Amino acid sequence: VSVQAQAALGAVLAAVPFVAALIGLLLPRAPRPVAAALGIGGAAVAFAVAVVLAFSVNGPVEASRRWAEFGDLHVTFGVRLDPVAVLVAVAVGAVALAVQVYSVAYLADDDRYGPYAAQVSLFTAAMLLVVVSGDLIQLLVGWEVMGICSYLLIGHDRRLPEAPRAAVKAFLVTRVGDVGFLLGIALLGVKLGTFRITEVLSRVPQLDKGTLTAITLLLLAGVAGKSAQFPLHTWLPDAMAGPTPISALIHAATMVAAGVYVVARLFPLFRPAPATLATLAVVAAITMLLGALAACAQQDIKRVLAWSTVSQIGYMTGALSVGAPPAALFHLLTHAAFKALLFLAAGVIIHAVGTNRMAAMGGLRRGLPVTFWAMTIGLAALVGVPPLAGFWSKDEIISVAWAAHSNGPTPPWAAWLVWLSALLTVAITGWYATRLWLRTFFGPPRGSAAERPHEPPWTMSVPVVALAVPSALLGFAGLAPGFMRRLGFEGRVHLTGALFVPLVFVVVGVGIAWLLWRRDPGTDPARALGPARRVLAEAFYLDAVQEALVVRPVVALARAVRRTDETVVDGAVEATGRGASGLGALLGRAHRAALPRAATAVLAAAVLFGLVAVVIFGGAR
Amino acid sequence: MKVDQALLVATLVLPAVGVIAAAATPARHDRLGRVAGTVAAALTFLAALALLAGRRPPARHGAPIRPWHELDLPWVPGLDLRFHLGVDGVSYPLVVLTALLTLLCCGYTLWRVPEPGRGRLLVGLLLAIEVGILGVFEALDLVLFFVSFEIVLLPMYAVIAIWGGERRRAAARKFVLYTLFGSVLLLVGVFVVVSKAGTADLIRLTGGGGLGRGTQLLAFTLLALAFAVKSPLWPLHTWLPDAHTEAPTVGSVILAGVLLKMGTYGLLRIGVGVTPEGARWASPVLGALAVAAIVIGGLVCLAQTELKRLIAYSSVGHMGFVVLGIATLTATGAQAALIGNVAHGVITGLLFFLAGAIKDRAHTGRLPELGGLRESAPVLAGLLGYAAIASLGLPGLAGFWGEAFAVVATLQRGWTALAVVAALGAALAAAYFLRLLRQVTHGPAVGPIAHPRLAGAELLSWGPLVVLALALGLVPAAVLSLSADAARALAEVAR
Repeated sequence: VSVQAQAALGAVLAAVPFVAALIGLLLPRAPRPVAAALGIGGAAVAFAVAVVLAFSVNGPVEASRRWAEFGDLHVTFGVRLDPVAVLVAVAVGAVALAVQVYSVAYLADDDRYGPYAAQVSLFTAAMLLVVVSGDLIQLLVGWEVMGICSYLLIGHDRRLPEAPRAAVKAFLVTRVGDVGFLLGIALLGVKLGTFRITEVLSRVPQLDKGTLTAITLLLLAGVAGKSAQFPLHTWLPDAMAGPTPISALIHAATMVAAGVYVVARLFPLFRPAPATLATLAVVAAITMLLGALAACAQQDIKRVLAWSTVSQIGYMTGALSVGAPPAALFHLLTHAAFKALLFLAAGVIIHAVGTNRMAAMGGLRRGLPVTFWAMTIGLAALVGVPPLAGFWSKDEIISVAWAAHSNGPTPPWAAWLVWLSALLTVAITGWYATRLWLRTFFGPPRGSAAERPHEPPWTMSVPVVALAVPSALLGFAGLAPGFMRRLGFEGRVHLTGALFVPLVFVVVGVGIAWLLWRRDPGTDPARALGPARRVLAEAFYLDAVQEALVVRPVVALARAVRRTDETVVDGAVEATGRGASGLGALLGRAHRAALPRAATAVLAAAVLFGLVAVVIFGGAR
Repeated sequence: MKVDQALLVATLVLPAVGVIAAAATPARHDRLGRVAGTVAAALTFLAALALLAGRRPPARHGAPIRPWHELDLPWVPGLDLRFHLGVDGVSYPLVVLTALLTLLCCGYTLWRVPEPGRGRLLVGLLLAIEVGILGVFEALDLVLFFVSFEIVLLPMYAVIAIWGGERRRAAARKFVLYTLFGSVLLLVGVFVVVSKAGTADLIRLTGGGGLGRGTQLLAFTLLALAFAVKSPLWPLHTWLPDAHTEAPTVGSVILAGVLLKMGTYGLLRIGVGVTPEGARWASPVLGALAVAAIVIGGLVCLAQTELKRLIAYSSVGHMGFVVLGIATLTATGAQAALIGNVAHGVITGLLFFLAGAIKDRAHTGRLPELGGLRESAPVLAGLLGYAAIASLGLPGLAGFWGEAFAVVATLQRGWTALAVVAALGAALAAAYFLRLLRQVTHGPAVGPIAHPRLAGAELLSWGPLVVLALALGLVPAAVLSLSADAARALAEVAR
């Protein structure tokens, strides 16, 4: 495939789902098969194109045209493909396709399926735009359109009273981060005179250290919002109010992956900014542990998975912070596979049991054997059980963090921090994943629906089974030097004794959960957490902190400003008007008089004016 | 007179003919009068579009204003007043926007006449407003500019006072008195400039025209105050929410869509163009006030409980971005202001159409009494969502470019703190619009709604705005490439 054709295909990649979305949104009442064909077709074409590109793109490919002109600043619209971009595009296409197919059955009795499928297409298009974008402003378009799609889709379910609130929260929290993102991009444009990514990266040396640190920290704010990093992670667990396939989409390949991808793409900006990398390391370490700990005490199966996403994205940002974007991207790809699998499988369980609460599950492995095996693969991949996908990528992050404290772009203490929290998180991940597995599939059924579950229609199980394949096997790509070099590694992963260090932590985490559960298979191992359980379930009350420190002050300020605007600013205007009318009325009244007094007044005035005239002009003469 | 000059005149004469035709129609043929007015509006729109086709290459190189088409006739020879019209890249998008919105409003009035009827007069007044607004955008003579600026005032007063809501009288009075106050300042400012410079020709005046520094500072202060009332810029904005809340739907659309633009256009064309020294001197104050408008507008919206009032206050914030762009005195800022103007006209026009439709159907505009529109009128809810998302500046839709690049221009100018606060204001816009959507569209339906489906006339009059909000987002060059040279020339003048 020629370079021009590759660039054209890169444009097609985002354009096809966009067109599918546009048609779908214009025909909200189209029959279901048409809506489904549009959604699945758009995703399938995008996936196919991405696969073709993945096999053909070997080096950077770029094509762009001028999009808009603001004085001396030009915005371009174009594609910038490289092996990393097309691999991420493959993951996006694959997950989007799985989600579209799965949704047909999952939303079988939803009368707003048409707009839903179109919004998923738009979401896919926006993420693909971010992936292939050659210009920062163009990237921002995809970035924010994704945000609004998440808003629309999280708020989709009309039966959930919490859905609108969760949708607004998702958009607003990420939007707050995006203030920084926009300012960072604007500063880059102003300082470097261009928004084109290639030119920006080549002109990094023109920036002085302080500016570079400021810019990267601003960009990081946007990344923290989109990728749900502390302290802007609060929207992601609430986003569970969206339909389950949407959770798969948001958590696996779009939205949360975008932040990691963008930092990896712009890494030449970050590498010379150790202060930013150290900040990122702290954020990553907190996020990893926070997410994993919160996952330990959740009752809702999707919330466990949501918190695990927060934690796993923390691994990726941790890898970025120690200067290893390839390791972050490797984990991004494996995580996309197993997290999509986990959510879609959880959707099957919810579909079968009719509730999200693990307290009403138990013993499901007999009724849902396919889902059981798929979920087992997914959870084992998440925990990092060899030889499943998560093992390779997570291990790579731990080993690069270890290596980074002797030679890396980040301060040694930051690398230590990432390494240590990554190891600890391995154990906690083992614990909560085992808890979820045991509580869902083993022990006695704890609800009427859990006694006779049934496997779903094939359109739901096929995507689940299909995603189980990369969840199990993608890690072996780490042994293929060609693949790893495409991601930016120097070669294949090294199999050394150090691999066994995280395994010890896996065994500890899984073992403790299993021992706790075995004492009484009917109860929740989380009870062993004691008083900490509530704190973890509430995720350290950070929602309440956010409410108290941000939301309530802003609302109070808004009320005060409105009152001031009405009483002081407008009050002054109204008072001027009233004053003028009052003065007029007063003068008017003074002029209303009966004839004798009026005549006296006129005569008196005539005398007065006469006197004045005499005094002035008489004196002058 | 050449064809292009005839077209220029036609954009003013056609709506004027429409005014007479609509007003002269007897009351029993009310509909006929409305049709006649709408035809005039349509012809005006076509004439405005045709102005694009015969674009001449800029005639006078080096001149700060290079009109594509120009007509220069003596008007009052004794006073040396000239009837000098022209369009260039700065004014042309606004001319088309004005013609389009007037046409859509007239078409909407064909279908629906607000109480107390007499739709032909409403159409006539809308066309009279159009004459004034187009005159403002096309005038290349300062006195002609002022006269056109004033033409708009009384018809708009009548539109609010006759077809408005319950408190229409007070709102109309406030509107007319407040903006008259602005006009007085404008009049003084215009005559300071004209008497000192000895000419009213905008092309000759642009760039300072030999005005002394003191004159420029004085003139700019007067002009900027006048335009700030019209735009409106905080804290001179309080006529706007009242006028919008009470105005009929079409009045609000014209008011927000194009009437406010006279203020920002005047600020750019006259304020920055004619008194650049004054603009340089006052620009930090202007920038700070613009940012205050953005933040205060956003905060008031967040605590607002009435639909149309909320959209009116959101206009204060959006126009704040436009003024911010102008205040930077950079080409980037001028371009951002121009596309921001057009985008605000399109999006807020659409928002007011939708707010009117919702108020008509639900018989209330109070947010707590609305709800569940997604259930009762899904298409209307979808369109409101679309317009709100466009208005909060989502990249990919029209509103983004003006606001993002106003921030970029502010950074370019070196006003980092202002840029940061303005960007935070953009996040506030997201907060209040999502709050609005949550209250109006989500949740259970509060009650049955009259005519949940949209009428054909509604779709026809809203459709162009829906398409434009997306098209300008995807192809901003449609506006920006027209104005690139003019914006650069203006920035050069102000340097």
